[in-house]
Amino acid sequence: MTLFYALIALGSLALIFGLILGFAAVRFRVQSNPIVEQIDTILPQTQCGQCGYPGCRPYAEAIANGDEINKCPPGGEATVKKLADLMGVEAKPLAGGEQAEPIKTVAYIREDECIGCTKCIQACPVDAIVGATRQMHTVLIDECTGCDLCVEPCPVDCIDMLPVETTKQTWKWQLDAIPVTQID
Amino acid sequence: MKLTMASSPHSHSHKSLSRLMLTVILACIPGLIAQLYFFGTGVIIQLVLALLTVSISEAIIMLIRKRPVWPALSDGSAWLTAVLLALSIPPLAPWWVIVIGSFFAIVIVKQLYGGLGFNLFNPAMAAYVLLLISFPVQMTTWMPVNDLLANPVSLAQQLSVIFNGFTSGGFSVDQLRVGVDGVTMATPLDTIKTDIAHGLTVTESMQAAIFNSWLGQGWGWVNLGFLIGGLYLIKAKVINWHIPVGVIASLTTCSAIGYIAAPGTEPGVVFHLFSGATMLGAFFIATDPVSAATTNRGRLIYGALIGLLVYLIRTFGGYPDAMAFAVLLLNMAVPLIDYYTQPRTYGHGVNK
Amino acid sequence: MEKLIAQIKQGKVWPFPGGIHPPGQKTISTAQAITRLPLPDKLVVPLKQHIGANGKLLVEKGQQVLKGQALTKPVANWSVPIHAPTSGVITDICQMPSAHPSALPELSVIIEPDGQDNWCTLTPVPSPNLLSHDQLIDIIHDRGIAGMGGAGFPTYIKADSRKAIEYLIVNAVECEPYITADDMLMREHANGIVAGIEIMQQLLTPTLTIVGIEDNKPEAIAAMQAAAEHNDKIIIQTVPTIYPSGGEKQLIKLLTNKEVPSGGIPADIGVLVQNVGTLFAVNQAVFEGKPLIERVITVTGNTIHKPGNVWALLGTEIKHLLDCQGFSPVPQQRVVMGGPMMGFTLPTVRIGVVKTTNCILAPDHNELAEPGPEKACIRCSACADACPASLLPQQLQWFAKSKEYDKLKEHNLFDCIECGACAYVCPSEIPLVQYYRVAKVEIKEQQAEQVKAERAKERFELRKLRLEREQEARQNRHKRKPATEKSADEKQKIADALARVKNKPAKDDDKSAVAAAIARAKAKKQQQDTTLEPDNSEVALERAARKEQARKYKEQKAASDDAPAQQDDKKSAVAAAIARAKAKKAAQAAELENDNSENETAASTPADDKKAAVAAAIARAKAKKAAQAEQAASVASDDSQSKSASTAINETVNAEDKPEQTAQDKKKAAIAAAIARAKAKKLQQEGSDK
Repeated sequence: MTLFYALIALGSLALIFGLILGFAAVRFRVQSNPIVEQIDTILPQTQCGQCGYPGCRPYAEAIANGDEINKCPPGGEATVKKLADLMGVEAKPLAGGEQAEPIKTVAYIREDECIGCTKCIQACPVDAIVGATRQMHTVLIDECTGCDLCVEPCPVDCIDMLPVETTKQTWKWQLDAIPVTQID
Repeated sequence: MKLTMASSPHSHSHKSLSRLMLTVILACIPGLIAQLYFFGTGVIIQLVLALLTVSISEAIIMLIRKRPVWPALSDGSAWLTAVLLALSIPPLAPWWVIVIGSFFAIVIVKQLYGGLGFNLFNPAMAAYVLLLISFPVQMTTWMPVNDLLANPVSLAQQLSVIFNGFTSGGFSVDQLRVGVDGVTMATPLDTIKTDIAHGLTVTESMQAAIFNSWLGQGWGWVNLGFLIGGLYLIKAKVINWHIPVGVIASLTTCSAIGYIAAPGTEPGVVFHLFSGATMLGAFFIATDPVSAATTNRGRLIYGALIGLLVYLIRTFGGYPDAMAFAVLLLNMAVPLIDYYTQPRTYGHGVNK
Repeated sequence: MEKLIAQIKQGKVWPFPGGIHPPGQKTISTAQAITRLPLPDKLVVPLKQHIGANGKLLVEKGQQVLKGQALTKPVANWSVPIHAPTSGVITDICQMPSAHPSALPELSVIIEPDGQDNWCTLTPVPSPNLLSHDQLIDIIHDRGIAGMGGAGFPTYIKADSRKAIEYLIVNAVECEPYITADDMLMREHANGIVAGIEIMQQLLTPTLTIVGIEDNKPEAIAAMQAAAEHNDKIIIQTVPTIYPSGGEKQLIKLLTNKEVPSGGIPADIGVLVQNVGTLFAVNQAVFEGKPLIERVITVTGNTIHKPGNVWALLGTEIKHLLDCQGFSPVPQQRVVMGGPMMGFTLPTVRIGVVKTTNCILAPDHNELAEPGPEKACIRCSACADACPASLLPQQLQWFAKSKEYDKLKEHNLFDCIECGACAYVCPSEIPLVQYYRVAKVEIKEQQAEQVKAERAKERFELRKLRLEREQEARQNRHKRKPATEKSADEKQKIADALARVKNKPAKDDDKSAVAAAIARAKAKKQQQDTTLEPDNSEVALERAARKEQARKYKEQKAASDDAPAQQDDKKSAVAAAIARAKAKKAAQAAELENDNSENETAASTPADDKKAAVAAAIARAKAKKAAQAEQAASVASDDSQSKSASTAINETVNAEDKPEQTAQDKKKAAIAAAIARAKAKKLQQEGSDK
């Protein structure tokens, strides 16, 4: 008889707690984005295609389907680390021995050499180059992701990828890097 | 001649880590003198042993970690740990007790967690608890005050006891502890606990020779010494008042309630405050910055909980004193306390 | 409200938490009255001396300017003009190191004084109460007044507050050690300051004006009290000496018991703070019509023989200030612009004074010891006790070190005012403020990047949509067409045309034959000159090369030791790059010319770089196209890929016999060859598809 009591007590306890847990699971469910969305927000959105996919979104989908996480050179090591955290896998060095901290660049068109062929406009994944046929083109610096894709199609090689200038707003207090002069 | 670049502020208060630590060590002196006077010079021998052990351990670990040795040693934190541990253990404990304790404190509790600033627990207290659990006999054989000893021991004799276990006359520590009346002496806290467990009232228990009417002989003075040192630390702004006040206020409240509720079996406020490691704990151990709470409100809570735990363990627990346990338990709660006691930042919680 | 005003009038102050008491060191520089510096030989006036946009330049190199003449005209929002500090000739307008911790170059007007000090015509306003609000604001704007206490916020914007102002607070606290510029200004020009206050009162109509002065400046307090006696809306409040009570937010708390909401501005709670120096400048601008061209600067420190306060023209080089006051540098001398707590060290003494420069501190190592090595944090929270914003500096420090930016935001890093009190008291000498500053910049950068990534994504998606739409439209067009039956001949024609379109625009036979010849020659030459490497992705190679270039560019920039030369370096680097590119093109053009008579004009006028470059570019483009056409044609007949590859490799082996080439040339050539090969491959594929 005591055995019964024990069984009933434990059983009902299990039932009650189960119900509470079940209720909590439904009631307090944490809505999380689909994994592809989460990966996509981590990727730098340069749309450069250096990963071998035609843009960041396709690569995000590929990662969700089990592709390597180290194929994004513009994101650098930081992106790999974040992806590793998200996907629960080991972080590894970037494929192809890329730099851990990529140098951010933007495209500049040497405008007096541009022949107005519109090839770079077609290549730009984010429509950051403006111009028209036989008119000089220029890059919208604020929109340029530094993806490099416009350099190759240019028939006259007038596009340079230049490192982004440091401004007073983006200067990171590297006091030791300031050139110091003699007292004169 | 080139200009030098530096980050602001270019001015500094000239407070330094080593000065901070040395001040704390100096503030131990009144308590140390009291201990010396009442419990013999054994404590000096323990102190020397502890200082040697921590210095060597710290140096070895620094060499292994390929870090410079002298800067780590000279910050004084290891020496402070040694001093606190030496003050906590019985003066005539065998030499290997303090050596193991010091080694454990520095190597395991401090350095394995990443060195100064990273240790979760107070090294001295973690080591004390290790010793207490591993060597209960050696760690509880406190000598009664010198006046009560049947055979007062000289410095040479104490050395012999610490290193060989016996005096040159062949007495063991247990034999030395025998008082003038032929009864083995325990600490006041221990005595009261045992007596109450045996059904005696506090008043009856306090008839024993180790008590001088209402306090343990010598222990009151030792605590007073640490109280003076602690007050100096607060005045010198080395420690904040919050933790000691928390500990003392909470212990006072608890013991007062206890005394009112059960006057016969409760020794009362003054006894609790001036027995065992109360003052040493409140001013020197609980205030160890690395392992204590860091917000002012958090410190009050931290101190109060230590006081509560000390009272509870002393009254209901299996050990006569509880400072080490209380501090270690609260060390674990520090991240939580800190998280919930963040001060209100300027401009937050005001109406826009 | 009435109660608060009554309390304020009784002299009540509400202390803020934390704060420190660094040694004042103020008496060093208060012994003598403010002196006026002799005219320097050169003035460096940067266009930007305040928060906000640069103005538009009104002057040019070589122009003669009069004292007080505007050099720039405000254009965008928040832009404030600058004026010529003295009469003279503009010798140059160029990038110069700026008065900013980074010393990043800033466009500056360099004036050589003529010694005459001739004023331009000034338009003083003797009775400003006759002017309208907007007229007064315009005067303040046109005279270039910006906050002289610290950040350099344009005063006209503050004075034109959209929100009602209850309390005008005058910041005369000057809590930083050493600095006495405001103190001396109050002692000598209290009437002018009060006149400035009254103009502000006219503009903002505050209920009460509170002047906060620290109790270590009794003379200034007395002078201000005497000057403000006639105005019962001005209260001179003595506050205890504690750093950083001169911080805007701290002063507001101290004087009114109000707190500026996090992320807000004082006007949100009906408070506005002005520095005494700014108010004096407002007074000068209105009553004398003088633009902001000079200010009081404390020159002090143990290495200065005659420490004191000076009236210095904006643009005066720090070197001139130091030399005039007698300067004997010690080894590893630091020259700090600002005070010891929040000032920044200068990399060169050839930097001009700006509107926000209040102190030049040249300490020796006894008074301000160099920071020792950073030791472990022992969580003593002395920093938290000192923090005037009630932050937990040591927690922030852990998070900043481990780059946990979310935690930093959660712990209100952005409420840190970088006063340096935490680092001042830290027994482990941790440069806490430095950690916070770096973390702040990085967080801001991360946020900016996040925004940019979002936008890039959006634009990418939109572009994809657009392309799809276009594709669809094209397909629809095709679908409609097949309805009409076409003869086989016509079909063939269309197919041909399509193929041509696909293979880049075709030329007439005549031209393409020539082009083909050029291309053949070019291809041959290339193959002779090059060594082929085992195939990789040519894109990767090219990218690597570009990255290398970028890295070199950066290194070169960082390595250039010479600050003043830096901007020249950059310019010359760009020029060099362009020149290089042009040279390359010209060379290529010349090369082409050997095989091709078409390009004679381009090659024969190498002197005219630009023309040549453009011509060369066109020529090259043509050549490229022709080569593609030719290769396509040749490949069409031979669709075996491996065959052509093997010939290429054979030729490579031949080419390797030429030993005179340098390794670098080889590499370049290899890359070029790789590109060429890849292109050929592409065409081949296209050809075989056809």
